[in-house]
Amino acid sequence: MQAIRRFAGRPWSDQLFEVVVYVILILVTVVTLYPFLNVLAISLNDSTDSVRGGLTIYPRVPTFKNYETIFAFGGLMTGLKISVLRTVVGTLMGLVSASMLAFTISRADFQGRRFISAFLALTMYVSGGLIPFYILIRDLNMMNTFAVYVLPGLVSAFNVFIIRSFIDGIPFALQESAKLDGANDWTIFWRVILPLTKPALATIALFLAVGQWNAWFDTYLYNGSSEKLTTLQFELMKVLQSTTTNADQFRGRNMTEVMRQISPESVKMAITIVVTVPILVVYPFLQKYFVKGMTLGAVKS
Amino acid sequence: MRTMTANQERQMESVSRKKGGAFWKKFFQQRYLYLMSVPFVLWAFVFSYLPLWGWTMAFQKFKPGIPFGDQKWVGLQYFRELFADEQFYRVLRNTLAMSTMGLVAGFVVPIVFAVVLNEVRAMPVKRFVQTVSYLPHFVSWVVVAGIVTKMLSTEGGVVNDILVSLHIVDEPIQFMAKGGLFWYIVTASDVWKEMGWNTIIYLAAIAGIGPELYEAAKVDGASRLRQIWHITLPGIRPTIVVLLIMSIGHLVGIGFEKQFLLGNPLVSDYSQVLDLYALNYGLGLGRFSFGTAINIFNSVISVFLLLVANGIFKRTTKESIF
Repeated sequence: MQAIRRFAGRPWSDQLFEVVVYVILILVTVVTLYPFLNVLAISLNDSTDSVRGGLTIYPRVPTFKNYETIFAFGGLMTGLKISVLRTVVGTLMGLVSASMLAFTISRADFQGRRFISAFLALTMYVSGGLIPFYILIRDLNMMNTFAVYVLPGLVSAFNVFIIRSFIDGIPFALQESAKLDGANDWTIFWRVILPLTKPALATIALFLAVGQWNAWFDTYLYNGSSEKLTTLQFELMKVLQSTTTNADQFRGRNMTEVMRQISPESVKMAITIVVTVPILVVYPFLQKYFVKGMTLGAVKS
Repeated sequence: MRTMTANQERQMESVSRKKGGAFWKKFFQQRYLYLMSVPFVLWAFVFSYLPLWGWTMAFQKFKPGIPFGDQKWVGLQYFRELFADEQFYRVLRNTLAMSTMGLVAGFVVPIVFAVVLNEVRAMPVKRFVQTVSYLPHFVSWVVVAGIVTKMLSTEGGVVNDILVSLHIVDEPIQFMAKGGLFWYIVTASDVWKEMGWNTIIYLAAIAGIGPELYEAAKVDGASRLRQIWHITLPGIRPTIVVLLIMSIGHLVGIGFEKQFLLGNPLVSDYSQVLDLYALNYGLGLGRFSFGTAINIFNSVISVFLLLVANGIFKRTTKESIF
C-alpha cells in the first residue's frame, strides 16, 4: 500500500520509468523461465499425447513413464555414474591444484613466485589449438581413459588467480604467528589458509563442478567409442542430434539407435531434465559466493 | 596485478633482511612451497605449452607415427592451400559475423540489464530476477541447443505459436533450416544464456559508484534517466572498456560449441566457423597439418585484434589493459 502511495506521489516521468523497469524484469523472467517449465511439462506428459503439441507449462496427461523409460536404459545409468564421478574427482583435484598454486604465489618471500605467476598467466593467452592438443592426448595414451576427463584441465590459471587475490586479503601476521608456533608451510596451508579461504573455494568448486558436469566435447573427441566412459551430456547430445544429423557420425551408436526408435519429444525432454536438475538445485545456494568471486576476479584481472 | 598490498610489502621486507642467504638454503626452507607448486607447473607445461610445439606440424607434411626428425618440411604450403580454399573465406566470414554480432549484443544487453536491475528498489524482487537470470548460464550448451530447437520448432514451438497467433506470419517458419537465420539464432541463444551472468561484473562496478553523486544529482533535479546517463554509465566506463578489449581479443576464438550443436547440414554454409573447419578438415579427414595451419591463423588473428583494440582504446580513452 505504502509503495503505491509513494509511487503515486512521483513525477510522471519517474512513474513511466518505473513501469518500463518492471516490464523489462517481467519479460526477462518469463523468457528465461518459460522454456524450462515447458521442457518440464513435456517430460511429465504422456509421450503419444505430447505429439499433438500445444503443451505450455503444465502436463496435459501427467505420467512418470518417460522417466521410467530412460532409466531402464543401461546407457543412461552408466552416463550418470561417469558424470558424477568426473564431477567429484575433477572438482576435488582442481581445488587442490588451484589452492596450492595460489598459496605459493601469494607468498612474496617465495623465490619461484614471479616465474610461476608469469608462467600461469601466459597459459590464459596461448594455446596450441585443437589438433596439436588432440595429438598430445593421443601420444600420451589417454584416449579411451577416464583420466582424459580430469587431467588435461587440472591447472586453470583463472581459478588460481581468483583464489590468490582472496588469500592476499588474509593478514600475513596469521602465517607469521603460526610459524612462530612451529608450523611449516605445509601445515600453514592446510590449517591456516584453507579454512580461511572457504568462500573463494566454494566459488571455484562451483565453477569446476559446473564445467565438469556440462562437458561433452572431450567425450565426443576422445572417448566416444568406449561405451563405459560416455557421460550424460554426451548421451543427451547424441539423442538430441539424432533427428537432425546423421547418427553414423557418432561412433558409440547403440544408445542412439534405440533412442531413435522410441524417442518422441517427451523422452528427450525427460533426459534434458535429468541432466539439468542437479545444477539447478545447487546454484542458488552458492550465489552469494560466486557473485563475490566473479567480482573479485574482475577487479584483479 | 602489479600493485603490492601492504601485506606483501611486509613480506618483502622480511625477504630483504635475509638477503645474501644462499639460494639453496632458501630453497630448502621453502621446500614445501616448491612441493606444492612445481608438480602443477610441470603439469601446466605439458598441457598448455607442449601443444605449441605441435605448431611445427603446419610446416611439415605431417605423418603420424614417424619421428619428428623424419617428417618432411614443406614450408608455407598448407597456408597457401588454406588461402586458396574457397570455403575458408566463407568460414572466416561466418566466424567474424557471428563473433561481431555476439560482441555487440553480448555487450549492450547485459549493460542495459545491469542498469535496469540497479534501478529496482525492492530488494527481494531484484534478487529473484537475478537468480532466475543466472539460471541458463549453469546449463550446458547441449541443453540450451535442445531448448532453442524446441522453442523454434514448427510443431508446437512457442515462438512460431506466437508469431502465427498474432498473424505476423501465415505458417510456421522453419527456423533451424534457414541458413540466413542461423547467425541470429546463435546470437540470440548466446544472449539468452549469458545475459544475467554477464551483469554481475557491471552490477559490482555500479555498486562502487559513490552514493553522494546520486544525492547531488537529485538535489539538482536530475531525472532517473539523466542520473543513469551522467553518473551510472560514466561510472562503469572503465569496466566496459577493459571487458571490451579482452573480448575483442577473443573475436575469432569464439569456439564452436554453439555452432556444432545448433547447426545442421542444411545451414552449414552459415554455421561453419574456423574451429569447426579445423575439426572437420583436420581431425575428420586426418589432415593434421592443414588443420593446424587453421589453428595458427586463428591465434595470429586473435593476438593482432587484441593489440589493435588495445592501441585504439589507449589513444582514445586512455584506458587499456597493457
